[in-house]
Amino acid sequence: MSFASLLAVSGGPAQNLSIFDPVSPPAESIRDLAFLIFAITGLIFLIVEGILLYSVFRFRHGPPNGGAEPPQVYGSTPIEIAWTAAPALIVFVMTLVITRTLWEVNVDPKTPPTDSKPLRVTVIGHQWWWEYVYESYDGEKLGFITANELHVPASNLKVASERRPVYLTLQSADVCHSFWVPRLAGKMDLIPGRTNSLWFETGHKELFLGQCAEFCGTQHAKMLLRVNVDAPDDFARWLLEQQKPAIDDAKDPKVAEGKKTFLAHSCVNCHRVRGTSAVGSYGPDLTHLMSRKTLASGILPNSRDNLRKWIADPQVVKPGCLMPAFGLSAENLERIVDYLASLR
Amino acid sequence: MATAAYESAGERSSWLEVLHDWVTTVDHKKIGIMYVIMAVVFLVIAGVEALLMRWQLLQPGSEVIAPDTFNQLFTMHGTTMVFFVGMPILIGIANYVVPLQIGARDMAFPRLNAFGFWVTLFGGLFVYFSFLTGGAPNFGWFAYSPLTERTFARGPAADFWALGLIVSGTGTLTAGINFIASILAMRAPGMTLRKVPFFTWTILWTAVQIVLVMPPLTVSLVMVMLDRQLGAHFFDPQNGGSAYLWQHLFWFFGHPEVYILILPVFGMISEVIPVFARKVLFGYEFMAAATMAIVFISLGVWAHHMFCVGMGRTLDLVFAVSTLLVSIPTGIKMFNWLATMYGGRLWFASTMLFAVGFLSMFLIGGLTGIMLAAAPFDFQVSDTYFVVGHFHFVLIGGTLFGVFAGIHYWYPKATGRMLSERLARWQFWLLFIGFVLTFGPMHLSGMLGMPRRIYTYEMDRGWTFWNQLTTFGALVQAPSFLIFAYNVVVSLWKGKPAGDNPWQAWTLEWTTTSPPPSYNFEEVPIVHSRRPIWDLQHPDDPDWKYE
Repeated sequence: MSFASLLAVSGGPAQNLSIFDPVSPPAESIRDLAFLIFAITGLIFLIVEGILLYSVFRFRHGPPNGGAEPPQVYGSTPIEIAWTAAPALIVFVMTLVITRTLWEVNVDPKTPPTDSKPLRVTVIGHQWWWEYVYESYDGEKLGFITANELHVPASNLKVASERRPVYLTLQSADVCHSFWVPRLAGKMDLIPGRTNSLWFETGHKELFLGQCAEFCGTQHAKMLLRVNVDAPDDFARWLLEQQKPAIDDAKDPKVAEGKKTFLAHSCVNCHRVRGTSAVGSYGPDLTHLMSRKTLASGILPNSRDNLRKWIADPQVVKPGCLMPAFGLSAENLERIVDYLASLR
Repeated sequence: MATAAYESAGERSSWLEVLHDWVTTVDHKKIGIMYVIMAVVFLVIAGVEALLMRWQLLQPGSEVIAPDTFNQLFTMHGTTMVFFVGMPILIGIANYVVPLQIGARDMAFPRLNAFGFWVTLFGGLFVYFSFLTGGAPNFGWFAYSPLTERTFARGPAADFWALGLIVSGTGTLTAGINFIASILAMRAPGMTLRKVPFFTWTILWTAVQIVLVMPPLTVSLVMVMLDRQLGAHFFDPQNGGSAYLWQHLFWFFGHPEVYILILPVFGMISEVIPVFARKVLFGYEFMAAATMAIVFISLGVWAHHMFCVGMGRTLDLVFAVSTLLVSIPTGIKMFNWLATMYGGRLWFASTMLFAVGFLSMFLIGGLTGIMLAAAPFDFQVSDTYFVVGHFHFVLIGGTLFGVFAGIHYWYPKATGRMLSERLARWQFWLLFIGFVLTFGPMHLSGMLGMPRRIYTYEMDRGWTFWNQLTTFGALVQAPSFLIFAYNVVVSLWKGKPAGDNPWQAWTLEWTTTSPPPSYNFEEVPIVHSRRPIWDLQHPDDPDWKYE
């Protein structure tokens, strides 16, 4: 593990996205395969580079001075056969271990482990944010939509009935994207016109980071991924909250005024707030916006100030993103922020 | 003919005459030199693009370069290095050397040869012209659909890109056909196909590869143009097209392309190492067979670029295994080079330094290639900086180091002057150290979760140090290219006279004068073995006895 820890300390206090620190079976399988292949290729490296360096130092000589040439060796069939067969053997061994890992990692999403409580989410990639459609949990239909921050339950891999594997169905609304959270699983692309799948399962109740890994246009760099692994009880509570329509705090006159302003502007063409007449689907669902920790696909902490900054001119925060600045008056801007800040 | 006028004019010709001569020439040597000059100019441009990217990535959250500009930079860097640096420099050197090596007076189709060069150049200029239309293409050099569709690429940049590559691809194709015809039909008497110099052999198979995979690329680009200009929907999923189809079509060209960029270098190394080890190439027949094996196997590995598109585990396995198989003939080559050096008398002129630099760096690129053949490992590192590090070890550590070995080797033949050995050593060591510092850390940042093609990154990811090391390495490398350019230009006047055969090499190009006359050889040489000069020098123990 020294290699992994060396990598971990090198960057100062940092989030951990190392592929050598997996916490979920598919990522662990890949780590094990990687170590085996590092060992094989490392050995080949040492041998070949060793022979090369030995030859360089042992046989160095000045320019040919017109004297005798060294003995000319034209080749040797037995030697050629030997150094064809040895790599072929290595290729054979590697084929076996690759096959094993492929079958471990690439499982059929239709058949979860017996007695387990699978969570199924459809992930839809958009330029440059993530849409999550919660399909079902433990066989129960869910059917609500949220964005950018994925919540999943922690699993107990040792007890069959407490296993909670997560199956993602991957689709794209526009161009190719790729879902990659290194510590949970390898990446899988989201390709328009195709449906892919990915799974992971972990007992670690942490926040795992990642980001889009297939170039998808201007703001590819700021299409960040956040996966919260919650304790099962917390997750169940979160599900209940998220399934509710927007909580209308009509008692607060500022919020009521804000809601009117929000619904009167073009926000509603792209955004949805369940329980209101805002039913747009091009942008992220805002029903429980304030339950999210970040804005704009993980690039800003979700604070009132940042929200105001974002709505005033998204092009300053995330140049090239598909949300335009609407030239709102300071008054209307404040009202809309009032309303959005109430969407817990 | 213009060339004849140039030869006969003993007095200094005016610059207009010189220009006219070069523009109208059909001499394979001048065309070869023009290819190399074109490639070096584009190399400088692509290098500047790379430095700008490294400037932006020096700090997390940096705002030196706007997102779309950054995306244009890496698109143009990749496109330029592959199509306007890599292939032209190799085709150029081959253009110069192959007819000399086979004892011919020119290529089989001299006019087609000139056509190929000019078309390649115009294609490159055409792609760069997009900068003047409001922005270069910004979808990456493999241009994944539907980013190239009108919906996502609204300006004309994608049209310039596709048309430019169609045009320059035509030039590449004609070069391929010309090499095949020249090598098959114009060899000196006695030079059977089993006795061609090894560089010529690799060019023959590179040309076969070109003829097999350039047309599929051209057709795919025509499909992009049809989509954009005539509303076809080949790659438009919203109208029944397939984004996935483009990936298959592109990589069916794209992976063999990598071998087009490395096989000629294998040939150069196989010329340089024997001469500077003073030994015959070990296992010529096996090396020759390995070259053919690489060509054919590499036609069946393309989808290893697509392990993360969800092909399913069976196809993943098929392409993982076919990719691993390439390592066998490649390994044979590596071992034969080592066996050639073993027991030799190694002469470490700068040419040999670059060749040994090639061996050690290409080895690393090859081994990370074996790692990447393991499909599940790609699920983690595909499209990360690990991959960027890998292919730069292959294309810079492999192709570029090999090309420098080749240029240092044949420069005296082409100019009649020696390069400055002192400057060449500075060039080598700066390049070597800078190269390792630039591309080594990329493997680490990739395994720490950094995707490629991001114009900026978050501060807390732990990637900052590795990115700074990479940028520092790029700054160490940069002066080595300036030293090279200075050396190449100044040595034209100040270099020591080279003589016919400064390296005491054994193939036909060293039997004529440096630089060779436009007709190459006064008399068509007669050949008995792979090393005609060796036979002349050792009449008691000639090579043909052992072949």
